[in-house]
Amino acid sequence: MAYYNGMLVIRRDVCGYCGCCVSVCPVGALELIDAYLSVEGDCSSCGVCARACPLGALEVADEA
Amino acid sequence: MKPEYDLLVIGGGPGGALAARTAAEKGLRVGLVEKRSAIGVPVRCAEGVGRDLIEEFMEPDPSWISAEIDRAVLVAPDGYRMTLEPSMAGSEVGYVLDRKRFDRDLVMQAADAGADVQVRARAVAPIMENGAVAGARIEANGAVEEVRARVTVAADGVESKFARWCGIDTAVPLAEIETCVQYLMTGIEIDPAATVFYLGNEVAPEGYVWVFPKGERTANVGVGISGKKCRDGSRPLDYLNRFVKEHFPDGRVVEWVIGGVPVCQPLERTVADGLVIIGDAARVADPITGGGIYNAMFTGRLAGQTAADAIARGDVSANALMTYDHGWRESKLGKSLERNYKIKEYFLTLSDEKLNRLIHSISRMDLSKFSVLNVVTELVKHDPSLLLELRALRNIL
Ligand SMILES: Cc1cc2nc3c(=O)[nH]c(=O)nc-3n(C[C@H](O)[C@H](O)[C@H](O)COP(=O)(O)OP(=O)(O)OC[C@H]3O[C@@H](n4cnc5c(N)ncnc54)[C@H](O)[C@@H]3O)c2cc1C
Ligand code: SF4
Ligand code: SF4
Repeated sequence: MAYYNGMLVIRRDVCGYCGCCVSVCPVGALELIDAYLSVEGDCSSCGVCARACPLGALEVADEA
Repeated sequence: MKPEYDLLVIGGGPGGALAARTAAEKGLRVGLVEKRSAIGVPVRCAEGVGRDLIEEFMEPDPSWISAEIDRAVLVAPDGYRMTLEPSMAGSEVGYVLDRKRFDRDLVMQAADAGADVQVRARAVAPIMENGAVAGARIEANGAVEEVRARVTVAADGVESKFARWCGIDTAVPLAEIETCVQYLMTGIEIDPAATVFYLGNEVAPEGYVWVFPKGERTANVGVGISGKKCRDGSRPLDYLNRFVKEHFPDGRVVEWVIGGVPVCQPLERTVADGLVIIGDAARVADPITGGGIYNAMFTGRLAGQTAADAIARGDVSANALMTYDHGWRESKLGKSLERNYKIKEYFLTLSDEKLNRLIHSISRMDLSKFSVLNVVTELVKHDPSLLLELRALRNIL
């Protein structure tokens, strides 16, 4: 139950679709569509969203 | 949705509902879209609100009140408990709501006033005309339709994208998002008439743990921490599990609430041509408590009033809508947001040890004339060693 878009991995089985990550994304690449989160092309893999997530549902694949 | 309205509201939270209700009561043709399939669900809130604040908008209805609160308890990092009685606890005295019912009731009030409401309908883009917002493209049941409006209200909450699509940067700095997890717990020993706040680096770095009663043995037990402090192994979920294990080991969890609260400064400008931004989308939640229900309702009502006036005068430019922006900034709410932001910044500089001393000193004071300035002045008398820190705070105020 993981969803890849470039470097960002959304663990949909962990995500609580709260929108916290959406609010901190500097480029507006995330979107909450009712009960699931999606990521669009302009994601820069900065990892800010992964830091903010209350549950740890996001991961930037190449983050050290 | 019809193809055209006077006012189109994006988002069916308390902010959007109040904007829609107010505008519909003034005779405007109003449409409200909500992307979720049920208003208010899933809940993203601890549900605490001041009694007088709610009464400003309507008669309290027992069907959406879970508990009545008489006092607030502040637990210092060292475990010392300070009780704030009604005369001094300010807006902490009030209700713990049932937001599923509350939010839905507000939207029904808007519908009763004449607004068209559509759920499972998501705004996916603004309609832009000569640089002005002229409505939105709405996706529902797999189809996208244009809904035009003279004024559009972005009431899309913490995950707001609408204003961004209109070219306004609404990104919340990582350090200024309170990232939160809450359990609805039952079978726990609590004081059913007191909200309890736990402070300190150990329990919630740059945030707090809350226990908000929802009944005799039931409460919202949650934690919020700064995004800056959030990492694998020290996420709000980790802090919450530790807290619950220590304080309510036998309690049962019957619901999870997950969410983020923006505690940054409000957007620099909350209007554009044909657009008004309200509530969490405008980043007007309280920077200290994270409370944003009242703030959303207040800005929502003002947005509805301003839009009605602007439409009546035939001018919906940003300039005309600026009365909304000025209006909330100059209100009691606007002033307290400004002050509380500075107080929050000050509190973040305090170590747990200083916080302990501060709370011990406050609890020895006569708080019958509770005001922030009084407290600062009194504190210096009680504990002159706090003078240096407190001078910084007084300068801010
Ligand atoms: C854990 C937690 C605890 C909290 N505790 C408290 C508390 O005790 N007291 C308090 O006062 N406040 C509290 N808050 C804050 C409070 O919940 C918010 O400030 C309040 O809900 C803001 O109202 P709003 O109408 O601006 O936004 P919301 O209530 O978030 O409503 C926004 C709505 O817009 C919809 N939407 C978003 N995008 C679109 C789109 N593109 N198209 C259509 N619809 C869309 C969303 O689905 C949502 O229903 C808490 C928040 C959290 C996360
Ligand atoms: S912050 Fe985490 S839980 Fe919330 S929507 Fe984003 S990925 Fe999901
Ligand atoms: S990694 Fe950065 S750019 Fe990509 S979605 Fe997350 S916050 Fe946005």
